[in-house]
Amino acid sequence: MTPDTTWSAPRLWIAALVPLALLAALVAVIVKTSPGDSLRGGEVPPVERLSIDRAQLGPARIVLSVLNDGPDPVTIAQVTVDDAYWAFSLSNGAVLKHLGRTVMTIPYPWVEGEAHLIKILTSTGTAFEHAIPVAIASPRPDARYFLTFALIGLYVGVIPVALGLLWFPLASRIGPTGLDVLLALTLGLLAFLLIDTVEEGLDALPSLPSSYQGLALFMSAAAGSWLALELVGGWLKRRRAKSAAATTPGSVVALLVAVGIGLHNLGEGLAIGAAFALGEAALGTLLIIGFTLHNTTEGLAIVAPLARERPSLLTLARLGAIGGVPTIAGAWLGGLVYSPVVAVLCLGLGAGAIAQVIYQVARQMAGSQPVLVRFATASIAAGFFGGFFIMYATGLLVG
Amino acid sequence: MQNISRRSLLQLAGLTTAASATGLASRQQPATGHGAHAAGDPAVHAMGAVGRVTSTVFNPTTFLRAWNFSDLPEDRRGKYYHETARSDGSLLREYELVAVDREIEIAPGIFFPAWTYNGQVPGPTLRATEGDRVRVTFLNQGSHPHTIHVHGWHPPDMDGSLPAHEVQPGGRFVYEFDAEPFGMHLYHCHAAPLKRHIHKGLYGVFIIDPRERPRPAADELIMVMNGFDTNFDADNEVYAVNTIAHHFMHEPIRVEVGRLTRMFVVNLTEFDLINSLHLHGMFFDVFRTGTSLAASETTDTIMLCQGERAILETRFRYPGQFMFHAHQSEFAELGWMGMFEAVGVRRDT
Repeated sequence: MTPDTTWSAPRLWIAALVPLALLAALVAVIVKTSPGDSLRGGEVPPVERLSIDRAQLGPARIVLSVLNDGPDPVTIAQVTVDDAYWAFSLSNGAVLKHLGRTVMTIPYPWVEGEAHLIKILTSTGTAFEHAIPVAIASPRPDARYFLTFALIGLYVGVIPVALGLLWFPLASRIGPTGLDVLLALTLGLLAFLLIDTVEEGLDALPSLPSSYQGLALFMSAAAGSWLALELVGGWLKRRRAKSAAATTPGSVVALLVAVGIGLHNLGEGLAIGAAFALGEAALGTLLIIGFTLHNTTEGLAIVAPLARERPSLLTLARLGAIGGVPTIAGAWLGGLVYSPVVAVLCLGLGAGAIAQVIYQVARQMAGSQPVLVRFATASIAAGFFGGFFIMYATGLLVG
Repeated sequence: MQNISRRSLLQLAGLTTAASATGLASRQQPATGHGAHAAGDPAVHAMGAVGRVTSTVFNPTTFLRAWNFSDLPEDRRGKYYHETARSDGSLLREYELVAVDREIEIAPGIFFPAWTYNGQVPGPTLRATEGDRVRVTFLNQGSHPHTIHVHGWHPPDMDGSLPAHEVQPGGRFVYEFDAEPFGMHLYHCHAAPLKRHIHKGLYGVFIIDPRERPRPAADELIMVMNGFDTNFDADNEVYAVNTIAHHFMHEPIRVEVGRLTRMFVVNLTEFDLINSLHLHGMFFDVFRTGTSLAASETTDTIMLCQGERAILETRFRYPGQFMFHAHQSEFAELGWMGMFEAVGVRRDT
C-alpha cells in the first residue's frame, strides 16, 4: 500500500487524536464499572505500600518523609521506634492517597552511633519499617556543612583528577605502542567505572518507591545520556572541522570522557554525601583515601586521548574541572536532599555517558579496523586488563 | 509518667490526700486522652500509643469486672446465660457462645481481623462454683471450623481438640461437664492450625470458685495478657492486658485503698514464650492456677507461660497511681502497660 501523503494538517491531527479519544472513553468505562472488583471482591484488604525515602535526625527528634507508593489510600495509625509505641505528628494528615506524601515527626531521644528501627503501622496493622543503621545528627545546610563537603569533594574528585592530568607530559611523549597501551588502560578504567556505576544504580533501585519504576528510570537515563553525548560529540566535531580542518577528534573525545567521568563523579558524590548524612559511612579516612586513589586514574583517562595534541593548560584545567567538580555538587546534594530517585537518575546518566565514551575511545583507537581485531593484540589486551585491575585494586580500599 | 510518680512521692512524703486537691497537685494531674502524648510537654511520656480507640464495642475496663454476661442488660443477658438450681444445691449454668469473625480495634486506629467468641476478644468470662454443671451451647457463625477447649476436668468427647471435634461453619455443639477443680482456668479454640485460631482471638477465662470455703470477698479483676500479630509475621505488633494497647494508661483501674483486690491473670499471648506482670510499689500473694487456698509466694513480679494463670491478691496501702506492666520492657512499650488508681485514706500496715 502506498502511503497517502496528501492529507491536510487538520486531518492528520484528527487521525492522531481519534484513538486517544476512544482510549479516554475506555478508561471512563473501566473507572465506572470497576471490572477488577468482581475478581478482588469487596472484603479483600487494600493494597498498602508506604515508602520512607528520607529520615532526618535532629535534637531528640526523628523526621521521616513518607510516601504512599501503593494504589489504595493508606491511613497511618501508630508508629513504633525500637519496638515502643511513640508519639508522632504528621504534616499532612494520617490518610495518604496514591503518591500522597506526609512528613512524620517523632520526638524520640535517639542515641548517637547506635541503630534504630522505625515501624509505621497502618489502620490494617500492616507494618512498614525503616532502619537507621547508625544514628548521627543530619547535616544542616550551614557554611560548615558546605565547606566540609566541598573539601571532601575536592579530595576525592577534583584533586585526584587533576593529579591524573599531570601524566599528560608522559602520555604525549611515548611512542605509538605505548599510547595504544595507555588508551587501552583508559578503556579498562572506564569499563570498571561502568560496572561500578551500574552496580550502584541497581543497588539504589530497591530503595526507590516501586511506582517510580527504578530500572526503567535508570535505563532511560543511561540511553538518554548516551544519545546526548553522541549529539554533542557530533556537533563539536562539525564545529571544529569548520574552524581548523587539521584538528583531530582527540580533543572532542577527551571532552566526552571528562563529561562521562563528571557524571559518574556526580553520582559518586551523591552516594558519599548521602552515606555521610545517613551515618552509613563511618567517616572513614580510609574511605576518602580509597576514593582519592581510585579517582586519580580518571585524570589519566581524560588525558590519554589528547596525547597527540597540544592542549593549553587552561583546556586541561577545564577538562579536569568537568570531570572532578561534580563530586562537590553531588556531595552537597547527597547530604542535604538525598533522594533515591535523584541517585538512580544520576547513576543512570553516568552509566550511559561512560558507555558512550568507551565506545568513542575504542572507535578512535580502531580507526578503520574493526574494534575486536584491533584489540586482539597482546599489548592492548594487557593495557585493558591493567586498567581494569588498577581500578579493582584501588576499589578494594573503598570496600 | 514522671508526673505521676512525682505526685505519688509527694503523697508518700506525708502530704494528706486533701493536698491532691490543691492547685499544686492538680497542676500535675496526669493528662489523659489525646493530649496525653502531646509532644513537647516534658511532663508527659512521648512513649505510648497515640490517641484513643474510637470503637465502643469492647471496653477493657468493663471486661475487668464482668462474668457470666453481667455486663449485658437483663433482657439480653438471658439469651446467653441461664442458671437453674439443682437438687444438691449446685447450679446448672447454661451458656451460649457464638464464634463470629469481627474486625476489632486493638490500638488507636489499628484494626485487626479477629475471630471472636460473641464478638469480643477475650471472649466472655465464664464463672461457676465447684460442682456446678456447665452446659455451653456453641454456634459457629465464623468462616472457619472452630471448637471450645475448656481447661478443667472433662471426658474426652468434651475436649474440643481433635479434628472430629471441630464444629463446621454454621454448625452447633453442646459442651457439658462438671465444674472442677476450683481455680482459675481458661478456654480457647483448639481447631488446627492452633496458633492462628488462638492468636486471632478465640480465648477467654473460666473461673471455678471453691464450694466449701469460698474466697473472701474482694474487688475482682479479670486480666488477660494478650497480643496481636497485625502483619502475620509470627511476631506481635500489639501487646495488652484485655486487648487494647495502653488502655489502662488512659483509664486507670480504680481500686480502694485497704480493700482486698483480687486479680485473675492469664497469659494468652501467642508467639512469645512467656509473659509477666509487675506491679509497682507493692507486693501480692500468688495462688498459682488458683487451685489452692494457700498462697504459694509473695512477690511483685510473676511470670506465666502461655495458658498459665494465677490469682493475685493484695491490698493497696497508699492512695495514688501505681503502674503495672509486663516486665518484658518490649511488651510494656508495645501496649502492655497500665495504671491503678487507688482511692481512699492511706493505711500503713
